[in-house]
Amino acid sequence: MSKLIYLVPLFPLIGFLINGLGRKALSKSLVSIIGSGAILASFVVSVLIFLDVKQPGYAAQVVHLFDFIKVSKINIPFAFQVDQLSTLFLLIITGVGFLIHLYSSAYMHEEKGEHYARYFAYLNLFVFSMLLLVLGSNYVIMFIGWEGVGLCSYLLIGYWFKNNDYNNAAKKAFVMNRIGDLGFLLAVFWMLSQYGSVDFGNVFSKAEGTSVSVLTGITLLLFVGAMGKSAQIPLYTWLPDAMAGPTPVSALIHAATMVTAGIYMVARSNILYTLSPLTQTVVAVIGLSTAIFAATIALKQNDIKKVLAYSTVSQLGYMFLALGVGAYTGAVFHVMTHAFFKALLFLGAGSVIHAMHHEQDIRNMGGLKKYLPITHITFLLGCLAIAGIPPFSGFFSKDEILTAAFLNNPLYYVVGAIGALMTAFYMFRLYAMTFRGKFRGTHEQEHHLHESPSAMTIPLIVLAVLAVAGGWIGIPEVLMKDSHWLEHYLAPVFENSTFRMKQENHLSHSTEYLLMFGVAAIILLVIFFAWNKYSKYTKTTAENTGLARVLENKWFVDEIYDAVISKPLLAISKLFNNIVEKVFIDGIVNGVGRLIQYSSRQMRWLQSGQVGSYILIMVTATIVFFLIQFFWKSN
Amino acid sequence: MPINYYLFLSIALFSIGIVGVLTRRNAIIIFMCVELMLNAVNVLLIAFSKMHHLKALTANAATTVGTEAQLFVFFIMVVAAAEVTVGLAIIVMMYRNIHSVDINFLNRLKH
Repeated sequence: MSKLIYLVPLFPLIGFLINGLGRKALSKSLVSIIGSGAILASFVVSVLIFLDVKQPGYAAQVVHLFDFIKVSKINIPFAFQVDQLSTLFLLIITGVGFLIHLYSSAYMHEEKGEHYARYFAYLNLFVFSMLLLVLGSNYVIMFIGWEGVGLCSYLLIGYWFKNNDYNNAAKKAFVMNRIGDLGFLLAVFWMLSQYGSVDFGNVFSKAEGTSVSVLTGITLLLFVGAMGKSAQIPLYTWLPDAMAGPTPVSALIHAATMVTAGIYMVARSNILYTLSPLTQTVVAVIGLSTAIFAATIALKQNDIKKVLAYSTVSQLGYMFLALGVGAYTGAVFHVMTHAFFKALLFLGAGSVIHAMHHEQDIRNMGGLKKYLPITHITFLLGCLAIAGIPPFSGFFSKDEILTAAFLNNPLYYVVGAIGALMTAFYMFRLYAMTFRGKFRGTHEQEHHLHESPSAMTIPLIVLAVLAVAGGWIGIPEVLMKDSHWLEHYLAPVFENSTFRMKQENHLSHSTEYLLMFGVAAIILLVIFFAWNKYSKYTKTTAENTGLARVLENKWFVDEIYDAVISKPLLAISKLFNNIVEKVFIDGIVNGVGRLIQYSSRQMRWLQSGQVGSYILIMVTATIVFFLIQFFWKSN
Repeated sequence: MPINYYLFLSIALFSIGIVGVLTRRNAIIIFMCVELMLNAVNVLLIAFSKMHHLKALTANAATTVGTEAQLFVFFIMVVAAAEVTVGLAIIVMMYRNIHSVDINFLNRLKH
């Protein structure tokens, strides 16, 4: 079955080509059928492969398609890795991706035919790139996908290219990603010079004999790439701005593709990270600080999508915390559950925005519960899942991460738990302000409020089911014996790392219960508080002051970046333009011209037209040569 | 007679020719100076040839070594004669056209 793996990325590629090339000819319904159908086909193939892979004792396979780069000793084949990890990601990408495509077909209906097709073409290309990233059996193929998702995010964030702000957001995303990509690229080159190969199999098997400093360098550079792609401090600011794109695109970026790439890459390279403890600490600390930092910003945002965006940054921070403390399964688990509930929340937000006629400010919403019943229920389930209430999916994955963090360093746990409380708070602030209380929008908006069409509600319902039940594949040992299916499933991938990690400090059951349900109880209190407080929210015009103002302005990070990086860079560019370019470069170019003009003007006097002077010069020159010849030899 | 005298005579003739070509504006005078330079070379050729031939005669009384240069002189004279016919014809044409033999009037190609 795994021989058919090439079909999985092939379908979206074909979809991209058809929709992209035929964008002027195809009708809207045909475009959406091709676009969604391609992903559905990939999903079906992925499921078939998954059924094969999930058999116990399945050994990872590398499906060689063709030689890609073959120069002397370096051989980089175009090959796909079919194992438990990549197959799981395939399911997430194509499954959630398909639901988002389906949703998009209704959400984007107002667009003109040509742009509608362009949208689906980009979406398919996005999924294709992500599949390439996940399937590649070496870092170079992974890098192709890595760059591909960067490109597609640029195209989709700037989808409404007539708005200059959106274009700037797209550029920001692209540039930030490029910074990270440079790190990734350097790591690949380093690997190539160190191991002479970039194949996962080769690199991982040789990793053990490498000195720790080299491994630390490689993994840190790889992590810089992950920082850019997965929006970690300090390269996270592009992700909230990426909200400029259509809402389903946000869902796609945040749930199925793009931001999980960094997590996948680190999880894939788990053995390298396990062997370099310093990098692991860096990853954990950066993940944790991102988690808590983004959560504080989310507390005070008023744009429905911005809240979700910062919550994604925060959740990605948790995933990196898990990777940093060596809980690779936990990270992948959280990627999965997060894909379900974050896609659900974004699509729910899209449904709200659709109903509110492109209003995104939650201060102008409220009381939407009775107008959008399905959206309301599913959104609430998504909020409960992300907040980590048992038995919703987020509870299990987050608990696994926090437990692993506690084992590693109790401080991680405390900070992480505070972040989890904030998550619950801002999610229910968002929920209460959107769906509870009284409607605060204009009359016209209230008149137009309506539940979204079924193409939008069906994905919501499916995702809600997954968001509720998705966590049940990873119920911790302590609650139910042998029920952590995911851990058993992924065990072969993380085998070497688990083997190396110290296993001695197992928590006692009572501590584990305390960690698990203690936090859950506090979270419930926080939810209760936020629910009550923001259900009664009324519009005020009072400006925020103090810390609230700082949070509302996202800690002024954009402004700081602007002042510390952009402005000096601009100033230097201006300096170079005015001094180096205009004086030196132009001076040299114009100087050459002027020199030739000047010298030719001087030489012109020789061409007098007087035969006598020509002969005089000739005779003089002959005499001079004669003298030179004569005296040269005598010397 | 020592070879030096011939050399000095030749150099003197040649220099007079050159100075004449450079300084005079009359085309006929310039022409004469060119002839002077050619003949300076002829004198030199004959002087060297004679010297060379005398040296060879001491070894072999019947030899003709060294006489080739004297033949060259004839060639030069023939060429010079041909040149004179063409050159004088040009000068005549020039005089017919511009009523002067001053070469400084002949710089129209410059403009």
